[in-house]
Amino acid sequence: MSLKNLEPLIFEFSQPGRQGTQVPSLDVPEADLPTELLRQELPLPEVSEIDTVRHFVRLSQLNYAVDIGFYPLGSCTMKYNPKVNDVAAQMPGFAHTHPYQPDETVQGNLALMYELEQALKALSGFDAVTLQPAAGAHGEFAGVLVIRAYHRSRGDDKRDVILIPDSAHGTNPASTSMCGYRTIEIRSDDRGNVDLEDLRAHCGPDVAGMMLTNPNTLGLFDEGVLEVCELVHQCGGLMYGDGANFNAIMGIAKPADLGFDVMHFNLHKTFSTPHGGGGPGSGPVGVTRTLADFLPGPRVSRHDDGSFDLLYPTHSIGRMKAFAGNFGVLVRAYTYILSLGAAGLRKASEVAVLNANYLRAQLSSRYSLAIDRTCMHEFVLAGPPEDAAEGIHTMDIAKRLMDLGHAHPPTVYFPLIVPEAIMIEPTETESKKTLDQFAADMLAIADEARDTPQCLHDAPHNTPVRRLDEVQAARRPVLRYEPSV
Amino acid sequence: MSYTPLTDAERAQMLASIGVDSVDELFADVPVSHRYPDIDLGPPRSEIEVLRDLRTLSEKNLSLERTISFLGAGAYQHFVPSLVGHILQRSEFYTAYTPYQPEISQGTLQATFEYQSMICALTGLEVANASHYDGATALAEAVLMAYNVGRGKRTSAVIAPNVHPEYRQVVQTYVQGTDIQLVGDRTVSADLTGLKAQITKDTCCVVIQNPGFLGELVALDEMAELVQATHQAKALLIVVGYPIALGLIQPPGAYDADIAVGEAQPLGTGLNYGGPYIGYFATRKKYVHKMAGRLVGQTTDIDGRQGYVLTLSAREQHIRRERATSNICTNQALCALASAVYLSTMGKSGLRQVAELCYHKAHYLAQQIDQLSDYSLVTGGAFFNEFVIRCPRPIRQINDALVTRGIVGGFDLGRVDSERADQMLLCATEVHSRESLDELVDALEDVA
Repeated sequence: MSLKNLEPLIFEFSQPGRQGTQVPSLDVPEADLPTELLRQELPLPEVSEIDTVRHFVRLSQLNYAVDIGFYPLGSCTMKYNPKVNDVAAQMPGFAHTHPYQPDETVQGNLALMYELEQALKALSGFDAVTLQPAAGAHGEFAGVLVIRAYHRSRGDDKRDVILIPDSAHGTNPASTSMCGYRTIEIRSDDRGNVDLEDLRAHCGPDVAGMMLTNPNTLGLFDEGVLEVCELVHQCGGLMYGDGANFNAIMGIAKPADLGFDVMHFNLHKTFSTPHGGGGPGSGPVGVTRTLADFLPGPRVSRHDDGSFDLLYPTHSIGRMKAFAGNFGVLVRAYTYILSLGAAGLRKASEVAVLNANYLRAQLSSRYSLAIDRTCMHEFVLAGPPEDAAEGIHTMDIAKRLMDLGHAHPPTVYFPLIVPEAIMIEPTETESKKTLDQFAADMLAIADEARDTPQCLHDAPHNTPVRRLDEVQAARRPVLRYEPSV
Repeated sequence: MSYTPLTDAERAQMLASIGVDSVDELFADVPVSHRYPDIDLGPPRSEIEVLRDLRTLSEKNLSLERTISFLGAGAYQHFVPSLVGHILQRSEFYTAYTPYQPEISQGTLQATFEYQSMICALTGLEVANASHYDGATALAEAVLMAYNVGRGKRTSAVIAPNVHPEYRQVVQTYVQGTDIQLVGDRTVSADLTGLKAQITKDTCCVVIQNPGFLGELVALDEMAELVQATHQAKALLIVVGYPIALGLIQPPGAYDADIAVGEAQPLGTGLNYGGPYIGYFATRKKYVHKMAGRLVGQTTDIDGRQGYVLTLSAREQHIRRERATSNICTNQALCALASAVYLSTMGKSGLRQVAELCYHKAHYLAQQIDQLSDYSLVTGGAFFNEFVIRCPRPIRQINDALVTRGIVGGFDLGRVDSERADQMLLCATEVHSRESLDELVDALEDVA
């Protein structure tokens, strides 16, 4: 039996001589083409406009998305993306500007960037912000380079260690390595905080800094955060804040007040810009006054007459990407901040935390919590219920959730310190009814895990494709279309 | 606006269910001395008010929707067919995240697989990843990859003087935590004669741009010599490209380049003042395990149905952590989708036609300007759709005068080389009508 593919590849619709979009005819004299430089073949598809539209619309229908339903993917802050953000970003004055237009012709863009910097400073307490990094991980890389540049500017080039808690995102150690630093992992204690004794043992003259996500990846506000910052500062290190979880604390606490020296923001998480299937995002970085001169350039600068231009900080680590930043994403985030204002942003964080704690309470009757404490915007379950049949894993629960059709599964198997972790982040934009439905689904699955485990093992049953063979994909990689000969 | 849907009654029920009296209690872990700081931001506002403000702000810009522009230099104004925006706005693509659960992400995964396939077709190389942040970061990752292919023993990266200066700067940022040294003349130039001499046994890669930053196409024999010298030294040749030009000229794979990177913004992504854009990255199959970035592969499900998954993730940061060679954990998925839709609807013949239009229009414009008594064409050899002219006055003044005539002039090369303060890099594409080209020529004559 051979089952039909869901949707053929676009290449399979191809017919020689067909073209989707018509190109204008030539209205200037033809120049001689450089014959010897011309390519011989170009194996792109040849399809009509309607074939192209239908193909990609049909593909879209194989996706799950926030606009379809609940998406409690822990650590990713899959909140609703307000449509007004896109209307703003598509205004011709923003969308149709070239990065090398003279500054006088893009004062609106520069003003927007300046105001967005001010807003991020107001929320975080930092003194300076760069909007250049293109993603969270890109912001981390920039931030750690800033830490490195700071130490070196003081002639202090012996420090070669960044401390990272065992609960951290994988990007933290990877960003650290890219900067030429070594990573030392710091244990978490049994309340999910940084283990202060372990930290003390590793704080020394070789420490360049520490990267800390707070609230951390267990969804917990570190109860010792002030002491952590103090210990790291005492040994001459700087505190890097991973802003992945900033959605929990807008208007609740400013990271700079807590003792952080550098932090990146994830505009695509906290500030509601759409995730687009995995990007584009934007990862601005905020720093204290001491570090402002090391930020990547260019940055917006405001003159006394109210005009703006782009300048390079004096001791800049350099450029993170070409041009000034993911501007289209910046417009969307700024629109969101203008819409919500100070009160709305604080309310967003409060409700994100309320929703998470409500779901935590609903689920704790059947599922064990990794750490049983009041959580912030997300929480972590310690895997399948205790009464689940043998062989039931977190992945089975995730796959079964897809069958029920009300939600994207939570983040699974992260953080790494919780085996079988199920990490749930509902966000503030979800209603009680949505949360209740999710809780009901999770409790029903808990019963199935005990009573009909095979149903979970075989899940999903109703999705466009079922469990895919990832081993085959990796052993015999097929990474592009090749026409069968 | 508030996008939180809870009613007061629901709030009360939820607090009771948690077992607390107020939301404040949920924040007991936040040090009380630092809790609830003042936030200096305005009040919540309605959509009408927000849009009014943003429209005012956007109208302070000179939009290229109505104004003709001759700027290129790494960001290009190409026509984006209507269906591209329509597909991108599909909520199912737009508001999904990274396809962690492939069973309900086949749309994003298959579209990405098609994107990878089309980048392979364009570049003539065997594997392409799901994309990078932009062309410059793709190049930086390519240099790091070449360094890793050389097991970290080859520490010199030769960068040709025809590479975009901002790309060179980004590579410099990326390598500062390593022992990689960038070699090569920092002053932009189309002259590649000194390059071969800089290749040594310590070279991990040679980076060249084609067409170069100044628009010139690298001659076949020059490229062949460079490839030979690079490979003789057991280094990798990295070619920074312009994907529309690849509709016309030989792809990097055809002249045996090892890595092809570049900016895919011209393929269906708007200008957006410099971002979001998308870096393409393709290489030989044998280097796939050294390549950074997401990859989508084909496989089958338990019923034998064809499907797609993220694959070879053992290369990536969430598995390797501090041993990963890159920290990248996303791609520019939506821009990759735009590229795939664009390349589908343009197709084999459409892309070639667009490339030819760019070529002919640029050559017509160059010839017309060269005939003006106060201007001359600086570009000597073959070029694609960008070329350099010498002007009778500093470019800054010329461009200011052009703006008053409703024209955005070319890139002021004085920004990257003070000795070129009277030189301008001009770009023409299929969006320029003959009238608009003539308008520039007339205006240049007027402002001389």
